[in-house]
Amino acid sequence: MLNPGQGRGPDSGVAGGSNSDPFPAGLRVLVVDDDPTCLMILERMLRTCLYRVTKCNRAEIALSLLRKNKNGFDIVISDVHMPDMDGFKLLEHVGLEMDLPVIMMSADDSKAVVLKGVTHGAVDYLIKPVRIEALKNIWQHVVRKKRNEWNVSEHSGSVEENTGGGERQQQQRDDADNNSSSANNEGSWRSSRKRKEGEVDEQGDDKEDTSSLKKPRVVWSVELHQQFVAAVNQLGVDKAVPKKILEMMNVPGLTRENVASHLQKYRIYLRRLGGVSQHQGNMNHSFMTGPDPSFGPLSSLNGFDLQALAAAGQLPAQSLAQLQAAGLGRPSSLNKPGMSVDQRSIFSFENPKLRNGQMMMNSSGGNKQVNLLHGVPMGMEPRQFAGGGHMRVQQQQICGGGRVTGQNVQSSGMMMPVGGGTSVLPSLGQQQQQMMLSSSVPRRSDLTDTSSNRVLPAATHSVVFNNFNSELPRNSFPLASAPGISVSYQEEVNSSDAKGGAVITTAGFDNPSYDIFNDYPQHNNNNDWDLQNIGMVFNSHQDTTTAASAAFSSSSSTQRKRQEVVAEQVQNHHQQLPSQSLNHMNGSGSVRVKSERVAETVTCPPATTLFQEQYNQEDLMSALLKQEGLPLVDNEFDFDGYSIDNIPV
Amino acid sequence: MQRQVALIKQSLLDQGYLDEQFMELEELQDDANPNFVEEVATLYFKDSARLINNIDQALERGSFDFNRLDNYMHQFKGSSTSIGASKVKTECTMFREYCRAGNAEGCLRTFKQLKKEHATLRKKLEQYFQLARQAGPKETARRPK
Repeated sequence: MLNPGQGRGPDSGVAGGSNSDPFPAGLRVLVVDDDPTCLMILERMLRTCLYRVTKCNRAEIALSLLRKNKNGFDIVISDVHMPDMDGFKLLEHVGLEMDLPVIMMSADDSKAVVLKGVTHGAVDYLIKPVRIEALKNIWQHVVRKKRNEWNVSEHSGSVEENTGGGERQQQQRDDADNNSSSANNEGSWRSSRKRKEGEVDEQGDDKEDTSSLKKPRVVWSVELHQQFVAAVNQLGVDKAVPKKILEMMNVPGLTRENVASHLQKYRIYLRRLGGVSQHQGNMNHSFMTGPDPSFGPLSSLNGFDLQALAAAGQLPAQSLAQLQAAGLGRPSSLNKPGMSVDQRSIFSFENPKLRNGQMMMNSSGGNKQVNLLHGVPMGMEPRQFAGGGHMRVQQQQICGGGRVTGQNVQSSGMMMPVGGGTSVLPSLGQQQQQMMLSSSVPRRSDLTDTSSNRVLPAATHSVVFNNFNSELPRNSFPLASAPGISVSYQEEVNSSDAKGGAVITTAGFDNPSYDIFNDYPQHNNNNDWDLQNIGMVFNSHQDTTTAASAAFSSSSSTQRKRQEVVAEQVQNHHQQLPSQSLNHMNGSGSVRVKSERVAETVTCPPATTLFQEQYNQEDLMSALLKQEGLPLVDNEFDFDGYSIDNIPV
Repeated sequence: MQRQVALIKQSLLDQGYLDEQFMELEELQDDANPNFVEEVATLYFKDSARLINNIDQALERGSFDFNRLDNYMHQFKGSSTSIGASKVKTECTMFREYCRAGNAEGCLRTFKQLKKEHATLRKKLEQYFQLARQAGPKETARRPK
């Protein structure tokens, strides 16, 4: 069996730990908390669960530990309030740099904070006092992430390469074997994989072959990333394909698959950053050229992003300034690529339709769980965005991040996924999307000022979803599960849509059923705005929607753009009723969401149906979807040729 | 003796000094970590003493930086919750409410109460642990001797 590369790394070899321990025992956990009492208790509990625990009381130390042993840990658990660094910031860092699942915890159980966790991409949020039962199942996040990555890599490289998928599959399979749910996983993986292969025209054989190869996890160092960015810029963001990038980079040992998945993330990131400016006229998701920082230290992130974006020309000068102002440095909240991966799958709807409707409405930020479920794949995340306009939500599943200063998602319920924007996101791939989202967030805020909280977040959500779909043919990302992710996308979308975010693809907003939105408004003034924005976005975007819709119909790239457009629209949108625009959008794009949205209170757009991968949440999502009444749309999302095969519903 | 220990613990629970979280901690104790709970408690009191000190100083200054006070208290609440110090936790919550309301006097009052609860708990737990140690390993009736 292949060396379990994912998350295991060389360190896992420690005394053959991971290999010899039956998963999930031996899971390598890094726990970060400034409270020594909690730290001691957690360590004890985790040890009781047979995990390998490393404890740390400072975020900086944790980061350096993680950087030193890139593959030394499987999962990170971090407290929210820490003196030296905000937990969400750490979350972002980890997501961007290491792509590990991160669980947030706090004694604070207010909705706002939990939502923030979601938008920043935390895979879970634990309320203190943490009970051991809650820790016993954290391994699921590791598995889920790996699976998502597998999907991502498979899809992202589907056009050009299949190798990556193979590798991951193998790993996943290995892990799966150890899992209680392995049987299911494997079955679903295999079947979905096969399906994808067929649909996406991938060479299944290659996959099979490659999977037998052991591929060590690639660590994207700053230098490597810079090389990557240079190659992408040279080729042109839109035209950059993994194969060419790989050739240009000429790095031995780097595979197309690595590049493909990285590209995905990057695109998302760019989208997030350049969402605002980009949409304005360009639907292309050239965001990608921009932000890259996620790969490097956060600080450099900002720099890169802006530069990249600037270079790409995607980002107008002002956006750049904005971004910078927004403090790209805050990526922390945004990206949690890791996390959102799962979520992203949800976004994978990409279908323009989804975008609009995709609002992952995570029902109430307060309940993190609820959000996920609630959001039915669509990720009611928009809500999150709404909160702070900043929806930093890192794509991550729960879209918590709202970097937005204070605006954070939480209540704004902005969750309205921006139709256009989201589509862009999906394409980026989960991680990228996250990045994008985060970057877009800062922009958004700039755009609208504090009030920018509006909609943007929401838009991102939807956008995110949409993006995925278009991007990854197989986005198996379960939309449903990605409540978090959707949020992230939305942000990006929003940001890019500085225009007026009319395009709120988030179908979800329309739904009155979202209580969260109602709740949120009280949260901030922005919240109201957000919700309204969402509506407005739709309305005001009559024209945008057209544009957006047009975008929808196009290929994935277009989708991306659309999303961006949408995002922009969303951002800019004024307070109009989203329903209008939604409908409008729906009309234009085959957005199923619209019809569904309107019909149902829950806006979980069909996007959720995109789940290709079975997430643990699948069932949940299914349940949610069912509640929502959203039919699982398989075909609709297919527009880019992405086959939604296993949409678990 | 074991029974005595158990009784004391039960009374602490009944009186609300401790809550189920404390029981959870005891469950984590085993032969490999026989004094886990006591270790945690010791750590808690050491750390919380530091926090109390910080808060005291902040309050003495009279400037009432509610944000900072709230931050301190958030930490305090976190660890108190983790150890199951129920009454202390309640006081923490109240203190934070006053902070949010900007009620300086309420803060002072509550803090005094909090310190009292904290000191009481500390004493009681010290007694408890002492007795538990005397009673022999694994006193808490969890494992059959």
